[in-house]
Amino acid sequence: MINKVVAGADEAIHDLKDGQTLMLGGFGLCGIPENCINALVRKGVKDLTCISNNAGVDDFGIGLLLQQRQVKKMISSYVGENAEFERQLLSGELEVELIPQGTLATRCLAAGYGMPAIFTPAGVGTEVAEGKETRNFNGKEYLMEYAFEADFAIVKAWKGDTAGNLIYKSTARNFNPVMATAGKITIAEVEELVEAGELDPDQIHTPGVYVHRIFQGMNYEKRIEQRTVRSKNP
Amino acid sequence: MLDKNGIAKRIAKELQDGFYVNLGIGIPTLVANYIPTGINVVLQSENGLLGMGPFPFEGEEDADLINAGKQTITTLPGSSIFDSALSFGMIRSQKIDLTILGAMEVSEKGDIANWKIPGKMVKGMGGAMDLVASAKNIIVAMQHVNKAGESKLLPKCSLPLTGVNCIKKVVTELAVLDILPEGGFYLIERAPGVSVEYIKQATSGRLIAPENTPEMQLS
Repeated sequence: MINKVVAGADEAIHDLKDGQTLMLGGFGLCGIPENCINALVRKGVKDLTCISNNAGVDDFGIGLLLQQRQVKKMISSYVGENAEFERQLLSGELEVELIPQGTLATRCLAAGYGMPAIFTPAGVGTEVAEGKETRNFNGKEYLMEYAFEADFAIVKAWKGDTAGNLIYKSTARNFNPVMATAGKITIAEVEELVEAGELDPDQIHTPGVYVHRIFQGMNYEKRIEQRTVRSKNP
Repeated sequence: MLDKNGIAKRIAKELQDGFYVNLGIGIPTLVANYIPTGINVVLQSENGLLGMGPFPFEGEEDADLINAGKQTITTLPGSSIFDSALSFGMIRSQKIDLTILGAMEVSEKGDIANWKIPGKMVKGMGGAMDLVASAKNIIVAMQHVNKAGESKLLPKCSLPLTGVNCIKKVVTELAVLDILPEGGFYLIERAPGVSVEYIKQATSGRLIAPENTPEMQLS
């Protein structure tokens, strides 16, 4: 087995450069690569293009990169929880491409599956379709959308092994598996790193072939955006 | 006139046994509270869950288990979890029977706008464009008029569109309306205590409103 293990987040991103394109897994603050985001802030790389469904909140997740003005462009589907993001966008400091969530996921999928483009009906007849090639299949209009090209994909998994195989937990899975397949270099941070052979091959979500660097993450905050509960005594 | 819960309660009557349903953020989320007895539906959350359960008991929240509104939730017996690509795969391939979502504007042609107010509010479309482009059955839950008293049921949307020619039914605080294939709102039911005349005044798109339109039954 090829050993993919690196010491930590700083080593994992050591060669990430200004101006590169990154995919960052997660939905809201759920399943985000917290350790790598902190390392990116420490490293101070800038002019980044970030492909991520959301942009974090003001003081957590990708919001930390926005605070330090490290992001040149965001490609996301929903950014409603981040006031600083909305401010930078409306003032023109930040370039933003908003795209449908399914298109975002499937453009990652296409990259990982070796397909140059997809056809989707999402956005037909809207400003998302402007300048894009359309095709009619069986009487319905579809947009052609290209597979993403990302220098790095950075994902968070629950368990991983030294061979780079990954298992995600619950809805922290979200964009992580499709992004993991789509990076020129894929970095995985995991809550529990085990030796190759300790994970059941039948239960692997992301095969290690897609993962180039893996490390044992630490100090996960796992912030909850909307804590909703019910009472035990109704 | 209905409040938000009333709109949700009325929409819940559209649920059929065995439906897989996607509920959007806002009023649509409330529909889950009014699923009729004897009707089994499976709720999809597009961040990657089928079989969304109620909120967790206090102290049992799991940061790794949320819905598309980023709220902590639970699973149910029979739930499944998957990635975002598969989640939209089942939406595009029409495995989801019904989509319920909110809107800022709906046109008499069935166009919908709900993701952007240029220069003011840019939150993004999230999964809404994928849902409206593919769903076979979409119900919009919305306010009939805005805070200034202007109709949100229009001849043509003024805001950037989310999808074209896709909405077939609208439920508001005043009425239930179908959107006809040839265009135009057709009044199906009035909210309790609301007159046909009042609904006409509140609708700026083309409205077909039979004088004998029944009042909705919510119980």
